Formats: sequence, C-alpha cells, structure tokens
Amino acid sequence: MLGLKFPPINELIRWRDIFTNFNKVGVIAVAAALIGIAVFLIAGSRDPLKAPTGVRNLAETGVNFIENDIVMQTMGKDGLRWTPFLLSLFVFIYLCNLPGILPVLQMPATARMAIPLFLALFVWVIYNAVGIRHNGIKYFTLMVWPPGVPVAMRPLVGLIEFLSNIILRPFSLAVRLFANMLAGHMLLITFAFLTNALFFAETKQFALKPMSILPFFMLVFLTAFEVLVGFLQAYIFTILTAVFINAAQHPEH
Amino acid sequence: MEAIVRLIAATAPVQTPDEIKAANAAIGAGFAYGLAAIGPGIGIGFVVGKAIEAMARQPEAAGMVRTTMFLGIAFTEALALIGFVVFILLGL
Repeated sequence: MLGLKFPPINELIRWRDIFTNFNKVGVIAVAAALIGIAVFLIAGSRDPLKAPTGVRNLAETGVNFIENDIVMQTMGKDGLRWTPFLLSLFVFIYLCNLPGILPVLQMPATARMAIPLFLALFVWVIYNAVGIRHNGIKYFTLMVWPPGVPVAMRPLVGLIEFLSNIILRPFSLAVRLFANMLAGHMLLITFAFLTNALFFAETKQFALKPMSILPFFMLVFLTAFEVLVGFLQAYIFTILTAVFINAAQHPEH
Repeated sequence: MEAIVRLIAATAPVQTPDEIKAANAAIGAGFAYGLAAIGPGIGIGFVVGKAIEAMARQPEAAGMVRTTMFLGIAFTEALALIGFVVFILLGL
C-alpha cells in the first residue's frame, strides 16, 4: 500500500484556540454573523428609488429568493412576515458553510455539532411557540391526534407524530446540516492527502509523482461540488424551518 | 460478522485484545455506513426520478415539484447521514 497515515478526526476539525474556548470555528461563526449584518445594513442605507447596484443588488436577490422560492412555495402569502427570520437563518448558515472551500480558512463552521444543534433547537423552540400561540393548548392534542384519523389508528399515529414533532425533527435537522458539511470536509481532506502523499512519495518509481494530478483533479471537482452542497444545505435547512412553522400554524393539514 | 473477524485475525500476524477490538470497530463502521447508504440511495433515486417525470409531463408545475423534491431528498437523506455519523463515531 501507499503507507498513507490518515490523521485522527480530532486533528481534522480542531485548531489551536485563539483565546480559551474561542477557536477558528468561533471566529468563522462570528464573522459570518457580522458580514451578514453589514451587507444588509449597507444595502438598507441605499436609496430605494434608484435602480439597485452592487451590494443592494445582492441583498435584493437574496430577499427575492427567500420570498419566491421558500416562503411562497411552502407557507403561502400569510407566511411573508417570516421572511426576515428565514433570510437571516439562510444567510448565516450559508456564510458558515462557505469557508469550507475558501482557501485560507478551509473549514465549514457548521461541521462542528455546536452550531447546527443550536440552530435546530432554536427552530424547535420557535415552531412549538408558534403552534401554541396559534392554537393554544389544542396544539398538543391536534399534534397527537390529527383529525380524520380512524380511532383504531390513534395510538400508533399519535406516538409517531409526537416522536416526530418533539424529538426527530430537531435531531434530523441538526444532523443533516452537520453530517453533510463534515462529509464534504472529509472528502476534500482525503483527496488533498492523497495528492500530497503521491507528490511527496519517497519512492524510486518516478511514475508515481505525475499520478498525483488525478486526485488533484478530483479535489478541484469536489471543491466545485461543495459550493453546491453548501448552498443546498442552507436552502434545505431554511425550507424545512418554513415547513415546520407552517405545520405548527395549521396542524390540521 | 464473527466469522469475518476470525478470518482477519487468522491472517493478521499479531492479535492483542486492543487490535482485535480496533478491527471489530473498523468492520462495524464499514458495515454501518455501507448498509445505511443502500436504502437512501434507492429512495433518492425514486424521488428524483419521479420528480423529473412529473416535470417532463407538466413543465409549468416545475417550481413546485422542485421544492417538494428537495424536501423529499432531505428527509430520505437523513438516514444515510445518521449512518455516516455512526461511521465516524465507531471508526475514527
């Protein structure tokens, strides 16, 4: 074999702490929040009557995307007041995913469980609160006993619905984002290691060195793929949030 | 599983308890991810195939179909990703 030694997982997703308990992932998350806020503050300060240029163009595209592709598709017209929340969620997750492919940073902040878990619990609190506000205490009875279900099926359906609403939704929401970004990060690492190992291999077989171009091409291709995955995961997290909020508002559907 | 472990242990030169444990973990991790990928693979294939069929039959509904398709993919994919997390926890 090549004698390639793969480093342990803790080395791949951990950096030296800058301050105590504040490492690179923390820096990326804070930067993502600040950049998102700055972009929309600058865009908001431009004259709305003129044709949009530069930053405002970007911000309007984002708002348009959230309104047309996420809110209108899942919640309908009365969900439009959720646009600011969903937009900030989308922008934050996207800016956290993006450093996975940016050259110097090379680490998606969402590949550590802390950020996806916090976001998923946040969404869980919000959709349950929305459900209780809209339906009162009937939210729980409607959740456990959806109307139109035969009496004989009620214990089974009730159990499944309860588990799905309370436990599985936030869990799968967090794990989906986390595992997708971690898997992408580890794919990139694997091919980077292969390229490195082949190029600096201490062998007399000189044919090995040019072969390092093959994993390098794969690395470039996967980097392009990660651009798509980072966007898609932010989109899916946001659209699932919209679906859950809508389901909590109208549990009869 | 036991038979595979014994086979590998028979061919390997050294077998301290720690090494046998590590071999077990590696095999378990491989099986966890491999088996977890089968179902979602078939499922996502079905979801996307049917979505393309629907879009081809009714191009004006493509936007709605696409949104629902991503939702379906997200729900189906979760199982494979849980398998991946188990793989990381067991194997590395």
